[in-house]
Amino acid sequence: MTYITKPKLHHPSLPTNRLGYTRRDYEGSVSTLCAGCGHDSISAAIIQACFELSLPPHRIAKLSGIGCSSKTPTYFLGNSHGFNSVHGRMPSVLTGANLANRDLIYMGVSGDGDSASIGLGQFAHSIRRGVNMVYIVMNNGVYGLTKGQFSATADKGSKSKRGAVNSDEPIDLVGMALQLGATFVARSFSGDKQQLVPLIKAAILHKGAAFIDCISPCVAFNNHAGSTKSFDYVREHNEALNRLDVIPERQTIEVDYEPGSIEEVVQHDGSVLRLNKLAPEYDPHDRIAALTHLQERHAEGEVVTGLLYLDPTPRDLHDHLATVEKPLNVLDEAELCPGQEALQRFNAQHR
Amino acid sequence: MPYALEATNDFVVKFANVNGSGSASANELFARSILRMGVPVSPRNIFPSNIQGLPTWYEVRVTEKGYLGRRGGVDLMVAMNPQTWKQDVAEIEPGGYLFYDNTRALPPSAFRNDINVIGMPLTEICNATYTDPRQRQLFKNIIYVGALSALLDMDAGEIEKLFSEQYKGKEALLDSNVKALHLGRDYAKKELDCPIGLRVRRADNVGQRIFVDGNSAAALGCVFGGATVCAWYPITPSSSLAEAFIAQCRRYRVDKQTGRNKAAIIQAEDELASIGIVVGAGWNGARSFTATSGPGISLMQEFIGLAYFAEIPATIIDVQRGGPSTGMPTRTQQGDILLCAYASNGDTKHVLLFPEDPKECFDFSAAALDLADRLQTPIFVMTDLDIGMNQRLAEPFAWDDAKRMDRGKVMGFDDLEAGRQFGRYLDVDGDGIPYRTYPGTHPRRGSFFTRGTTKDAFARYSEEGPVYVENMERLLRKFETAKTLVPAPILRPAKQRTSIGVIHYGSTAPAMNEALDVLEGRGLHLDALRIRAFPFPAEVERFIAEHEQVFVVEQNRDGQLRSLLVNECGIDPARLPPVLHYDGTPITARFIIDVIAKRMAT
Ligand SMILES: Cc1ncc(C[n+]2csc(CCOP(=O)(O)OP(=O)(O)O)c2C)c(N)n1
Ligand code: SF4
Ligand SMILES: [Mg+2]
Repeated sequence: MTYITKPKLHHPSLPTNRLGYTRRDYEGSVSTLCAGCGHDSISAAIIQACFELSLPPHRIAKLSGIGCSSKTPTYFLGNSHGFNSVHGRMPSVLTGANLANRDLIYMGVSGDGDSASIGLGQFAHSIRRGVNMVYIVMNNGVYGLTKGQFSATADKGSKSKRGAVNSDEPIDLVGMALQLGATFVARSFSGDKQQLVPLIKAAILHKGAAFIDCISPCVAFNNHAGSTKSFDYVREHNEALNRLDVIPERQTIEVDYEPGSIEEVVQHDGSVLRLNKLAPEYDPHDRIAALTHLQERHAEGEVVTGLLYLDPTPRDLHDHLATVEKPLNVLDEAELCPGQEALQRFNAQHR
Repeated sequence: MPYALEATNDFVVKFANVNGSGSASANELFARSILRMGVPVSPRNIFPSNIQGLPTWYEVRVTEKGYLGRRGGVDLMVAMNPQTWKQDVAEIEPGGYLFYDNTRALPPSAFRNDINVIGMPLTEICNATYTDPRQRQLFKNIIYVGALSALLDMDAGEIEKLFSEQYKGKEALLDSNVKALHLGRDYAKKELDCPIGLRVRRADNVGQRIFVDGNSAAALGCVFGGATVCAWYPITPSSSLAEAFIAQCRRYRVDKQTGRNKAAIIQAEDELASIGIVVGAGWNGARSFTATSGPGISLMQEFIGLAYFAEIPATIIDVQRGGPSTGMPTRTQQGDILLCAYASNGDTKHVLLFPEDPKECFDFSAAALDLADRLQTPIFVMTDLDIGMNQRLAEPFAWDDAKRMDRGKVMGFDDLEAGRQFGRYLDVDGDGIPYRTYPGTHPRRGSFFTRGTTKDAFARYSEEGPVYVENMERLLRKFETAKTLVPAPILRPAKQRTSIGVIHYGSTAPAMNEALDVLEGRGLHLDALRIRAFPFPAEVERFIAEHEQVFVVEQNRDGQLRSLLVNECGIDPARLPPVLHYDGTPITARFIIDVIAKRMAT
């Protein structure tokens, strides 16, 4: 495999965002994943979301574990620092990076094997610490990169390509994220860009642990009849709770909707999330009800998608640790080193 | 009457206590008061892996000559634990002393007739004086310190001074402690033969030295060295290092204006996460470290390899102990040398620093943070339980306020803006160390993708053989550069020309220095080299080349540093006779002398 760069010629007619960047400025190198792989659609959605939010690409850090999904950071945000770390350990690396510099946006990308199998512990602990990040799991129910073994999110009773039936209970990462206190929880589908792009935008704007479980079919190993992570299955069983619009602070909001069907949530930065409720009785601020609803629908074989839970006033790890506003990685000697005088006092106290 | 040992300022007192009985602070008080009399002491905690109820010992070597290694043998046993009575009594040197609580009479068979028995009704005195059970327990400890002060002819004024420093502003506590002290002291003076043959006499051999444990020292080194991220998972004997860092950050790292913290400390869910956090923070330009012990290092292997290949600064302080989790966790050892030197899969080797005492724990932890940034690689500080969890007399710490952190080769916005060429893994000046950029530096230049070894000099994806080889060879060049940056070994030349040498490192130093004095007194001369880092600077190979035989003294079974010498310097193993001590107790001068003297006689 070689590294393929895309020619960086800008077409003059390409639309630009507020920073003057075109969509191309958010792209990475050409994907080497299988043609039709769900992961590529998620990469495209990330590119779209960052472009639309007019984020400076270099202020985003993208981190991943190991897997086809974890390779995708090479294929988006080519002007951002990226880190393809080790299998299942992206969350700790991201946590450390976040501690070092609280001013960047942290995008953690992982797979279902990476997060629900080998990395379940790190997934859980990064969520419960409230690391300010977007944590996306590209969930295909299998290990793509090692050629199609079941992962821990594969549904009980689902069939592998070779016909083996999975007898283990699945791990529901969304359910776990809810239990562990994630302040933003969503599920989406790589085949539904309309739903996914605004969810990613909202997750980026959220100042806390934002988790998105994105069903992302593996066309090579898990897109057959009998799989519950195939394009066909998810299309048939997708129950979208809501549709989201992310409205940046600068735009005026026009109120023009049926009472009860729309909810607007103001984010900490002043932007507004407008929720078009498809299931009006579902309350995305009720953690316990969300869990119950998810389990009920899962028992029916349905895949609930949309913004599942949102805490509009989250606290993140830096809040918990009460760290200084300035990024830790720029503090200098004067700020960090107590100096010889303090050391002499220390010495005196130890005689 | 049995023979009675006579010694002034040169003896060993051992306290046998029950874990959790509050004896630790009384015993420390005893040791400190001798220090205040200008006589060096070297105490050691000997404790089981348990919180309450099991035996613990505190062994104090009183040593006017300043030999801080463990001596071996016990001259005075303060036997406060009925559970361990038999083994404690057995351990006393012939002619030595046994101090015990004789409130309840013991049969003659419980004693030995070649030792001197000193009984004192401690429980009875306590019960007569105090009604509160807690007070009875705590003051019993102070009462025996009072009695010892009379038996050993110590200056009670020094103990009172220590009390008044400790209980400044808490007059009630001060008074009751002084009272308990004199209760014991007066009883001993009146009822016992004071002083016994062992005595403390005022001297002037402590000087400016400080009394501190290596873990606190290493933590302070991290504060001074500018660490801002610490991630750890509790494990003996390293936990007190992270806990000291937490306490010191509360003192030194709180922003005065805002009350906010200039450090982030995470107690992680395991060691995989602690090293992951350290690597992530290092990647993003913060100075970060973890403190752990052998089992933690075992878990960290994959990440250590990633940090080596992806060239990410990380400081790892390994407070070594015995074997696996149930492997003598509260006993000391230098057993992780090879584990750390070659940690992880693939061709990896790492920089190790070997502090000898708390002073070097402080210096080397701060230095490790600089070296990690300079060399962009994990740096191990290899301390151990003996240094880490015992208070040790050490040179006072010093800091040069003009010193700046060495952040290594980092390209900033201006460099990139000026169009300076950036290749993340490009060796521009031959030292094997490339430039790096922190994420978020420049809108269009200097970003790169971090991964293991499938990359070229510009961090672009590549699985080409020649590209891989070129990168691996550059890493070797970097390791060569490391030899010139790490602390150099320290030579102690023999008084006479000799073809015999000895190499040692870390916590072996005090026992080794004492052994060299004794050997010299017996006409056995050896040049000694204390190695302070791996990779070995050129002096190490030169030293071995200049001697026919070089003993390698270490505290593990397999001669791990010796293996490194053989392997890395291509030395005939026959020229490196090993001297190995690994029963979990700190190595003694007596042990080293025995092995070396025997070998040199043949
Ligand atoms: C420690 C370790 N064990 C095993 C592997 C092999 N491995 C690579 S990717 C992978 C599974 C990835 O599955 P998932 O996270 O679901 O990603 P996908 O390829 O399906 O997107 C495994 C087991 C590894 N890289 N590291
Ligand atoms: S194997 Fe599956 S997950 Fe991997 S690239 Fe191909 S389709 Fe995608
Ligand atoms: Mg997968």
